[in-house]
Amino acid sequence: MYAQMVKTGVEHIQSKEEMSPEERAFQDRVDADIRIEPKEWMPEAYRKTLIRQISQHAHSEIIGMQPEGNWITRAPTLERKAILLAKVQDEAGHGLYLYCAAETLGVSRDELLEQLNSGKAKYSSIFNYPTLTWADIGAIGWLVDGAAIMNQVPLQRCSYGPYSRAMIRICKEESFHQRQGYDAMTKLARGTPEQKQMAQDALNRWWWPSLMMFGPSDAESVHSAQSLRWKIKINSNDELRQKFVDQTVPQAEYLGLTVPDPDLKWNAERGHYDFGEINWDEFYQVIAGNGPCNRQRLRTRVKAYEEGQWVRDAADAYAAKKAARAQVKAA
Amino acid sequence: MNQQDALFEYLLRLGDNALILGHRLSEWCGHSPALEEDLALSNVALDLIGQTQLWLNLASEVEGKGRDADKLAYLRDGRDFRNVLLVEQPNGDFAVTMARQFYFDAWHYLLLRELAGSKHPRIAEIAAKGLKEVTYHLERSRDWVLRLGDGTEESHRRMQTAIDDLWMYTGELFESDEIDQAMAGEGLGPDLATLHEPWLGLVRATAEEATLSLPEPGWAQKGGKRGIHSEHLGYILADLQFLQRAYPNATW
Repeated sequence: MYAQMVKTGVEHIQSKEEMSPEERAFQDRVDADIRIEPKEWMPEAYRKTLIRQISQHAHSEIIGMQPEGNWITRAPTLERKAILLAKVQDEAGHGLYLYCAAETLGVSRDELLEQLNSGKAKYSSIFNYPTLTWADIGAIGWLVDGAAIMNQVPLQRCSYGPYSRAMIRICKEESFHQRQGYDAMTKLARGTPEQKQMAQDALNRWWWPSLMMFGPSDAESVHSAQSLRWKIKINSNDELRQKFVDQTVPQAEYLGLTVPDPDLKWNAERGHYDFGEINWDEFYQVIAGNGPCNRQRLRTRVKAYEEGQWVRDAADAYAAKKAARAQVKAA
Repeated sequence: MNQQDALFEYLLRLGDNALILGHRLSEWCGHSPALEEDLALSNVALDLIGQTQLWLNLASEVEGKGRDADKLAYLRDGRDFRNVLLVEQPNGDFAVTMARQFYFDAWHYLLLRELAGSKHPRIAEIAAKGLKEVTYHLERSRDWVLRLGDGTEESHRRMQTAIDDLWMYTGELFESDEIDQAMAGEGLGPDLATLHEPWLGLVRATAEEATLSLPEPGWAQKGGKRGIHSEHLGYILADLQFLQRAYPNATW
């Protein structure tokens, strides 16, 4: 999940009676699954929460380019290189759609990037882990994109039109990413003993951080309840995490790899896998900026942005000169 | 050198130019000045990787020793690489990358246009496909030369420096050796010297519009086509070939 623990600024959930007529009309539309479009009235808290959520998602796409980008020049074949480059390129594209969706809510891409660069905005905890071997690229496609899809498929039906439409485009590409990740893992798992070891090691390192992507249990959270009510969140974190585990464990078995959780077992009564306790201390540390790569990721992003300033300035200056010349010509 | 060896070498040159320049451009992914550029630079890199596969697979068929495009790309050492020196030059700042791209694209475009009429049907086919892509590459890199040359004072200064610094690598593009001559003699490829005037015309007109000045013709650095490279290529290959070298005989 690329947006974690999004605050709504709401202290309690209003009943319909407590709502103003505008708020009530809005909630009725949401309840009736009618999409909210940019120019329509919406509660300020809804607008602000969506900006937080969409921008967090966009930032995750942009920061997420780094761990995978780390292996583009070292991809092992021309085809793998092309696939990986195309995937990271898709992530830049996803970032663009999402910044555009956020812009419909009255905030500019520059403002959002400023929040990212200053360290004020959050992005998914998962991208603060390092990609140490080629197998990590397969594991990210399989697990990280797999987890992202769990969350994003339901969001195709979310209440905000531009976000929902961005999700529809993104999901098409994400499912391709997940397939290529699993395909890369399959090659490794069926390869030489060293390759199989590489695949197992990647699963060991990415499994728990992938489960953390869904965020802590939010059964009691007023923010989650409000977001569910607004239909900008469709399922609880625990529901999605369970669905992910149920889907992924058989895939690992098929690859002949072992999920690094001694407590993992099928629970016939529940019809789900039981799994072990997640290390939430680690999660909160990563969120607080203490993950293995937080500083590196942010510094790399800021460096690219700052070093590109003169290029963006030049493009603006050139466009202005060109427009002025066209005006002189027309006069 | 017999005809088949010459053709193999010639195809390596085409494939290696695309491979090494595509590699350089892929280094930008995630680090460019704007998201739009991450997308665009990756597009160009992807086109070049695709062209690499086509040229090197054809080279492999001509050689007939079972070295496919991946083996050729990942298991040759630097002395066996045949790309021109221009494409292996480091990315530098965005102006260097775009100046390198523009010099190369202008030549690549003219070359592929000729190769599209090659008597070798496979060469003609690959060139025609590549020409569509390279037409767009040229449009884009030319546009950036204009924007940076005629943008701000800083961008002008940076682009002028890039244009000057890379100039000495352009001479190699037009130099025909016995392999080029053998190909030209058979009607498989053009006489490279004939591309020089149209290239200069395009580059001059662009520089003028971009308020840039072109250096005087001078000493040209050469050697890439014969495997005498700059120090930079070794590091590109160390990066590119790491997995294939560390895990021989694995499939990926």
